[in-house]
Amino acid sequence: MTTATVLEPKMPVCWRQETKPHKFCPGCGHGDVLKALGRAIDELGIQDRVVFGCDIGCSLLSWDFFNCDAIQTHHGRTTPVMTGIKRARPELICIAYMGDGGGYAIGAQHLVNAASRNEKLTVILANNAQYGMTGGQMAPTTLPGMKTETSPYGRDVDATGNPTLGPEMVAAITPASAYVARGTMANIPQLTKMMKKALQNQIDGNGFSFVEALSACPTNWRMNAAKTWEFVEKEMTKYFKVGELKVPAAKQEG
Amino acid sequence: MADKPIQGEKRMFMTGNEVCAYAALAAGADIMYGYPITPQNEIMHYWTRLAPKHNRTFLQTEDEISAGFTTCGGVLSGKRAFTATAGPGNTLMQEPMSMAEMMRIPAVFIIQQRGGPSTATVIYSQQEVTMTCYGANGEGLRIVYSTADHQELYDYTIKSFNTAWKYRFPTFVLGDGYQAKMRESLTIYDPELRGIQMVDTYPLVGLPGKAGADRDPAHLRNTYNTEEELYEVVKELVGAYEKFAPEIVEHKTVECDDAEVVILCHGIVSRAAVEAIRELRAEGVKAGMFRPITLRPFPTEPLRAVVQKAKKLLIVESAEGQFARLVLPSLYGLTTPLETIYKPGQGITSDEIVKKIKAMA
Repeated sequence: MTTATVLEPKMPVCWRQETKPHKFCPGCGHGDVLKALGRAIDELGIQDRVVFGCDIGCSLLSWDFFNCDAIQTHHGRTTPVMTGIKRARPELICIAYMGDGGGYAIGAQHLVNAASRNEKLTVILANNAQYGMTGGQMAPTTLPGMKTETSPYGRDVDATGNPTLGPEMVAAITPASAYVARGTMANIPQLTKMMKKALQNQIDGNGFSFVEALSACPTNWRMNAAKTWEFVEKEMTKYFKVGELKVPAAKQEG
Repeated sequence: MADKPIQGEKRMFMTGNEVCAYAALAAGADIMYGYPITPQNEIMHYWTRLAPKHNRTFLQTEDEISAGFTTCGGVLSGKRAFTATAGPGNTLMQEPMSMAEMMRIPAVFIIQQRGGPSTATVIYSQQEVTMTCYGANGEGLRIVYSTADHQELYDYTIKSFNTAWKYRFPTFVLGDGYQAKMRESLTIYDPELRGIQMVDTYPLVGLPGKAGADRDPAHLRNTYNTEEELYEVVKELVGAYEKFAPEIVEHKTVECDDAEVVILCHGIVSRAAVEAIRELRAEGVKAGMFRPITLRPFPTEPLRAVVQKAKKLLIVESAEGQFARLVLPSLYGLTTPLETIYKPGQGITSDEIVKKIKAMA
């Protein structure tokens, strides 16, 4: 006699079941990045204090993703909206969620200044090396030689510069109380730990916390599953080094 | 609120920007987010001096886009939040103002108009009328009070917080560089003393209880997926706006009962018009003035009632027809002869109005 085992997908508790399956394309990295964020929220037990903000672009599809109060706003403006909330209600845990366009191009001034002011926020940025929702144009994070709709012959760094190293920039301009890391959808346990530390840093009132997560866009990359993973794990990590860049001294592990 | 910063009534002599800071304080504003631009800077200067003494806060943001969005964030969190800007800053702030229209965020914006287009002058104009009333993409679902003197700056800054929170549309106090920088007398007061009850604020996010267990989460967005969905949303917004408009509209008339020539103007220009009317009446010319206080929504019905009795109209503004473009749709179908004085970026004196009206006779 055999016993049937029902395997239920292990969703983070703070995910809103009614809005699942989510709206992202198959293979999109947002689902995994938001899974890591969801687990971090669960493990810290802060669901009832979180206000989640998302940008325009693919990240906007997360506006009803969590059982948390959420607001969807404009390109890169998620950071100031969350700043406005946090400054007015410091007891709330404010998370600004955006893509590389919102963080490093149109909204760069907000990221730079929020980091400089050491706002007690957590910014999570999904880096998929191009603009997803508008149809795969070049982003600040597009790799040298990478083909996009607006760099059809491959990104020419002489003409358009090198990929933006966001966490490195944020680490350089934040005080020692900030937390800065780059994780990847290819390593969810590590990414979850980074998210937890980033949120804990806000809970502790230390300062700005920033996690870039390497993410995937098989749709615009025009790649199958195997190639997508290879690109995230091997190509993207050549430029975007995964790891912690800044950990508040008292919190440093080992 | 721990204390009452403005107690009783007090006669004061101060600049318009100082007036706005005191009025925001009296109205119970919790937080100001701002970015420097002339001629509104002293609103921030006075607020940053007064606010900490009364447990209120301030953040100087990196630009006006951020000032507008942080203000929206403050309001979403349930606080009485406001900002102030002018000219190119008003241009940048259209993006958050537009979000406030879509999400019905009761944010308060104080605009002290300077010259335009672009950098232009930092002194004075009435050239931010179109932008303040109808800026950004959308239908102009805003409430705009055009003030004429320091007393009104005080009264309407207080009122703007109540209008915003009562009707939940972004609300504007539209002053100008002259009002911002000059000093004049006014009475500041504790609103409660005059029977003005401040409308309670409440959070739209960061609500009590655990979402998904005790309550549904507040999921706010301003992106919509289909034409039909957006149509429904915008029609509902417009419907609410039009329903409330009759309660919101305000205007003032001077000597309109028997007026043969009616001056149409708004804001500080109306003070030149009032003086012109006094001089003209002394010489037997039957002149009057109609002045909308709310530029949005526009007081169409009372304007038509006045205009129908007049023989001639004169539109006077310190812009090249921005106010006229608000007035003219309200006059549709009427054939009353109309002349204009357009002086973009320049002040207007009573002498000019008197001379023009005599020439019209």
